[in-house]
Amino acid sequence: MSSTSSTSSSTRAFASPNFRQRAFYHLGRNPLVALGIVIAILWLAVALLAPAIAPVDPLKQDLANRLQAPGALFVMGSDELGRDIFSRVLWGSRITIPAGLAVILIGSSFGVVIGAIAGYMGGLVDETLMRVTELFMAFPFIILAMAVTAALGPDTRNAVLALSAVWWPRYARIVRGLVLEVKAQEYVEAAHSAGASAAYILFRTILPNCIAPAVILATLDIGTAINSFAALSFVGLGPEPSSPEWGRMVSIGIDFFDQWWMWLFPGLGMASLVMAFNFIGDGLRDILDPRLRGE
Amino acid sequence: MNFLQYLTRRIFFATPLILGITVMSFLIANLIPADPIIANLPPNALNDEDTIAAFRKKWGLDKPLHEQYLTYLGNLLQGDMGTSIKTRKPIADDISRRLPATIELATLGIILGIGIGVGLGLVSAIWKDTWADYVARVIALIGVSFPVFLTALIFLNVFYVQLGIAEGPGRLDIIMRPPPTVTGMYTVDSLLAGNLKTFRSALAHLVLPATTLALYISGIISRITRSSLLEVLNQDYMRTARAKGLRERYVIGLHGLRNSLIPVVTVIGLSYANLLVGSILIEIIFAYPGIGFYMFRASTSQDFPAIMGVSLLFAFIYVGVNFVVDILYFFLDPRIRVS
Repeated sequence: MSSTSSTSSSTRAFASPNFRQRAFYHLGRNPLVALGIVIAILWLAVALLAPAIAPVDPLKQDLANRLQAPGALFVMGSDELGRDIFSRVLWGSRITIPAGLAVILIGSSFGVVIGAIAGYMGGLVDETLMRVTELFMAFPFIILAMAVTAALGPDTRNAVLALSAVWWPRYARIVRGLVLEVKAQEYVEAAHSAGASAAYILFRTILPNCIAPAVILATLDIGTAINSFAALSFVGLGPEPSSPEWGRMVSIGIDFFDQWWMWLFPGLGMASLVMAFNFIGDGLRDILDPRLRGE
Repeated sequence: MNFLQYLTRRIFFATPLILGITVMSFLIANLIPADPIIANLPPNALNDEDTIAAFRKKWGLDKPLHEQYLTYLGNLLQGDMGTSIKTRKPIADDISRRLPATIELATLGIILGIGIGVGLGLVSAIWKDTWADYVARVIALIGVSFPVFLTALIFLNVFYVQLGIAEGPGRLDIIMRPPPTVTGMYTVDSLLAGNLKTFRSALAHLVLPATTLALYISGIISRITRSSLLEVLNQDYMRTARAKGLRERYVIGLHGLRNSLIPVVTVIGLSYANLLVGSILIEIIFAYPGIGFYMFRASTSQDFPAIMGVSLLFAFIYVGVNFVVDILYFFLDPRIRVS
């Protein structure tokens, strides 16, 4: 309903010829977006280069120097097994960034396909798929993800699978609405009369015209996906305990509350990354939703 | 449409959803674990033929899947959600003992969150594109972005450990005895018992966790308030209100805010999931003995039946929250009454 109308206005925004000009104009006026882009690129670089730039192996233990405060020996201190927090924070990006992106990629692709099929086929197929979608939305996604991860057995792959399994419904809804709209267009009818197959029409003619809002939603979602993955990991349903994953490091750090560096630095690493993506997402929203600009 | 008709309709729509939820949680519990017996019984009971036979019989595991579901539904209707592996107690009992604590925390969190969120949104919308708008928006963005467990740890460290101006973990001072149980909510129960000292302690212990929760959800609320209010501010009736000489605070308060409330109410219903994640993580850090803490214990000890019990409960609460939101629409939006 309301979500469908706002997304269709964003499709139109994409179609307008001066979209790119306006985009750059609004991005230029929003310094937070620039900041977000810089931080996100920095983290991507860190994730790629971690093996080269981390001072030591993130798993290397140094029991003689356990629980050291930040100083000359360890920039961000050391943990209960004498591992270097700084190296672990850098390496953490190699787990979190791919995990977050994988959730978005798998979840949104699945949602897009389901939504497209529902919207295109209509009738009973549509009805059934949409009822299932609603059902998935009734479970708070993190709880459902926890249940699925617990059932599959906790590790990184299963956490990503579980989050993807609960991530798709919103995409399915949005794309379904758009497909219903685009389906009625003349060029779709033209494809029909030219004898194109149903699959061709759906995936080559209709879907490319519906994909933009899903891509935007995906961008807005990256921060949430990263936060959710870290939350799963924080409650022990993510990577195994020794791995340098941020959520896990923070949760271990709670037991060493006075050694604040053990939880603060991995937490700040995560906060900066999520904030970067949310700054970018917020800027995007501003460009696409004229109501927010009060025009 | 009168209220009763509206209510009946809403109940009619909610029923299939609730049934669907039970089907789904049944399927997760029964199809995904390789062996429900290994997943649901404590390891030392696995050599005990009698326990296994009793478990099979109770949940109808030797029958076909649809009959198993009916058994499950029958047990559920009698309030039987199975037995926790870790606490060895019925899950329904475990939950009912811990739920009031979470309700207490979440309620205070929501109230504070709405206050902060609507406040920031108002500032942003009224002074749009000024420095006040930017500051409010950055605060909101930080609120949604900052991992809630980090905010909780920083608050605990700064306000409890360093400054000593707030109470720390738990629900009461260690030396205090909990008030006699009526609702299970310590603030309410202590007031009912007329014990102001206990009430103060219970409330003081809620301040940090509830504020953390409030900051986390206020980001979303302020964003919606801002956009919704900006839209309303451009309406003709706002100009009319000003033209007839109303003071600005009445224009904004009576005409503006009220008409921008509907999307805000919706988002509060939707941010329930955030509230939940938030309260799980916050309860872990503040060692606050509610449902979130229970879920954490269950998930770290692979207590599968407890995890499924809590999931089911949360899904039911979700349906309940959205039901309440629908009811609120009826009172906020007169158009529903005439349609």
